[in-house]
Amino acid sequence: MSQAIQFDPIRLPDAAEDLRSEVRAFLADNAEHLDRPSRRGFDHEFARKVAAKGWIGLTWPKEYGGQERSFLERYVITEEFLVARAPSQVYFTADRQSGPVILKYGDEELKRQVLPRIIAGECTFAIGMSEPDSGSDLFAAKAKAERTNEGWRLNGTKVWTTAAHEADYMIGLFRTSPATKENRRHGLTQFLVDMKKPGIQTRPILWPNGDHDFNEVVFEDVDLPANHLLGEEDNAWMQATAELAYERSGPERFLETIAVLIELVNLVGPTPDSRAAEGLGRLVAQLFTLRRMSISVAGMLAAGKEPVLEASIVKDLGTVWMQKLPDICRDLGALIDRDLAARQRFEAALTSNMLIAPKLTIQGGTTEILRGIIARGLGLR
Amino acid sequence: MSEMTEIIVDTTRRIFEDLGDPQTIINAKDDSWRAPLWAALDDGGLTRAWADEAAGGAGLSVSDTFEIIRVAGAHAVAVPLVPHLLAVWLCSRAGMALPEGVMTVAAPTGDALPTLAADGTLKGLIGPVAHVDQAGHLAVMAATADGPVAVLVAVDAAMSDPGSDQAGDGLAMVRLDGVTPVASASVDVTAEDVQALGAAMAAMAVAGAFEGALKMCVAYSQDRVAFGRPIAKFQAVQHLLARLAEETAAVVAAAASAAFALETAARPMDAFVDIATAKIRAGEAASEGGLIAHQVHGAIGFTADHPLHRYVQRMWSWRDQFGREAVWAEQLGRHFAAQGGDAFWKTITAA
Ligand SMILES: Cc1cc2nc3c(=O)[nH]c(=O)nc-3n(C[C@H](O)[C@H](O)[C@H](O)COP(=O)(O)OP(=O)(O)OC[C@H]3O[C@@H](n4cnc5c(N)ncnc54)[C@H](O)[C@@H]3O)c2cc1C
Repeated sequence: MSQAIQFDPIRLPDAAEDLRSEVRAFLADNAEHLDRPSRRGFDHEFARKVAAKGWIGLTWPKEYGGQERSFLERYVITEEFLVARAPSQVYFTADRQSGPVILKYGDEELKRQVLPRIIAGECTFAIGMSEPDSGSDLFAAKAKAERTNEGWRLNGTKVWTTAAHEADYMIGLFRTSPATKENRRHGLTQFLVDMKKPGIQTRPILWPNGDHDFNEVVFEDVDLPANHLLGEEDNAWMQATAELAYERSGPERFLETIAVLIELVNLVGPTPDSRAAEGLGRLVAQLFTLRRMSISVAGMLAAGKEPVLEASIVKDLGTVWMQKLPDICRDLGALIDRDLAARQRFEAALTSNMLIAPKLTIQGGTTEILRGIIARGLGLR
Repeated sequence: MSEMTEIIVDTTRRIFEDLGDPQTIINAKDDSWRAPLWAALDDGGLTRAWADEAAGGAGLSVSDTFEIIRVAGAHAVAVPLVPHLLAVWLCSRAGMALPEGVMTVAAPTGDALPTLAADGTLKGLIGPVAHVDQAGHLAVMAATADGPVAVLVAVDAAMSDPGSDQAGDGLAMVRLDGVTPVASASVDVTAEDVQALGAAMAAMAVAGAFEGALKMCVAYSQDRVAFGRPIAKFQAVQHLLARLAEETAAVVAAAASAAFALETAARPMDAFVDIATAKIRAGEAASEGGLIAHQVHGAIGFTADHPLHRYVQRMWSWRDQFGREAVWAEQLGRHFAAQGGDAFWKTITAA
């Protein structure tokens, strides 16, 4: 094997556990924002309250308004918010992904312009990678950026862009040169795009359940200043690796359907029969292991490592599990006949989570693509 | 990994590579490999890893002892190291002197516990006990009028009806009626604690077996050529191996976490959630993992002469010891159900 797989047992430090109490108190005080029908909605008031606590950009440098606290503390906020179904959509992508990219690849002016706004809870980001003819195969992207006297001009179409309709900015992947014979990954560049620029059209695409989450985004002669190029021209493929480890291993990769499990516990009651107890125990064991693994990866990230293989393992195990979770709960709950109110809440959670289950193993890299990455880590390709 | 741990792991690995390699054992066709392997483990202090130095042990931590088990698992250990180490732990905990030679252990709980009468004799049928055919002594908890005690029994003195487990090792029900233990002592743990520690050790052994099997599968897939290329180049095979790697990672993570929790637990059952999780996760993984390992090897892996089956049979026999997945899952499920849905997440994060 080219690489040993490492999952050291680590526990969250005391500082993180102290923060957990604070987070739970905050969520209890803000119960009116939680678990709304439009789950993970764009609740700007809530975002400002979270920002006031200093919990957006928690790990970022103080000079841009961050707290320089640890990645493991951020972990606690993320998992508590997910389980409470807090509406963090306004800042979630910016906090997880876009901010760190700007920190690493943006110039000083961009950092000063954008990071404090993210931290204030006033800035929503979208990720523009997929296109109509480029999904798993990102390197087939065609939307292009051409040099102008002042900077760059964008043309093309992005699709499945979550939050584009609410976004202030997109970090998008655009073609700046053709791929070369030697390297088909060559020629793509990351740009920061101000979504309020003229020439950008955003059209909703609805999920099967009618929710509006993602969009098609069309660019027609959109002009960008030169300093909106992030990192190196033509070399975006080299920049993606570290980002993926953050994106793939977080608690959102196994907690998205957790509401059904919690309602199942309520449904089966305090003294379940053997079938329900045993089924519940197996689900807990899976969840508990995933959380241990995810925290282990968070510990590696906090220590400055790039656990790409481990992060892909967490994402694949986590998404496949949370995708099956509603179905397993459906089966375990079927023979329980006790509390009618609990039954109603269970059925509601079941319906909404069954309907989103298919997407969980597609977004952010499909099962098949992840297994390919793991196989590469094993030295097979 | 600390330097100390690395030395222990290296020592253990070397002993198994030299004297306990599965292919060597298969080729031997007899038991001649057994005594030298045990002697080497004994000389290295590994058979008394976590006993106090004062009691002739190596005084190792729980985590370091679990690393020994992991390496042993990665070589599909065919000597009773796991039950022996658990017996060592129970004797040490009860302050009983360690006997010479190989020990095994039984972990009955509740009504299945044998009783120790005032006249000093035992009564009860226990088991199935692994490796009784190899062991001189058997450690087990017994009920007395004053509460549970640890007892050590000479295996010769008891009646057993030998059978074998999936890995071909002796596995038997043992009748203790009328047997006087060679030692007995009160102890500050319960029968459930013994079972729990055994479950965590079995999970770690399964984790090791997964690591060993994965390594073999990866190597084989790069070697074996079909349709003009190594089978590792077929995406279907790559995805099978990716699944095996994922299950390996999950079992290693769960078992290592249980070991970590045990390190600071006053008694094994204080680490209940981690231990139950590890045993369930290891058992579930072994279902699919064992089959994937065979699938990747084709027919050659399904032969007595090829070492693959030793890993798979070990996973499948270890996961049957100290409570199957369903047993632990029912307990774990009841534990979470009793807390209720509102406390569910708090219970997860508190463990
Ligand atoms: C809810 C949701 C939100 C999303 N949000 C965003 C977003 O904000 N920004 C963004 O850029 N994108 C977003 N996406 C898009 C997502 O990244 C892509 O859907 C994903 O990368 C897969 O691409 P595709 O849909 O084109 O499928 P395809 O790549 O066409 O794949 C179709 C099927 O073929 C399989 N396949 C493809 N290639 C291979 C291969 N080499 N080997 C084996 N199997 C293969 C895939 O695994 C899949 O099963 C989102 C998607 C969803 C579902």
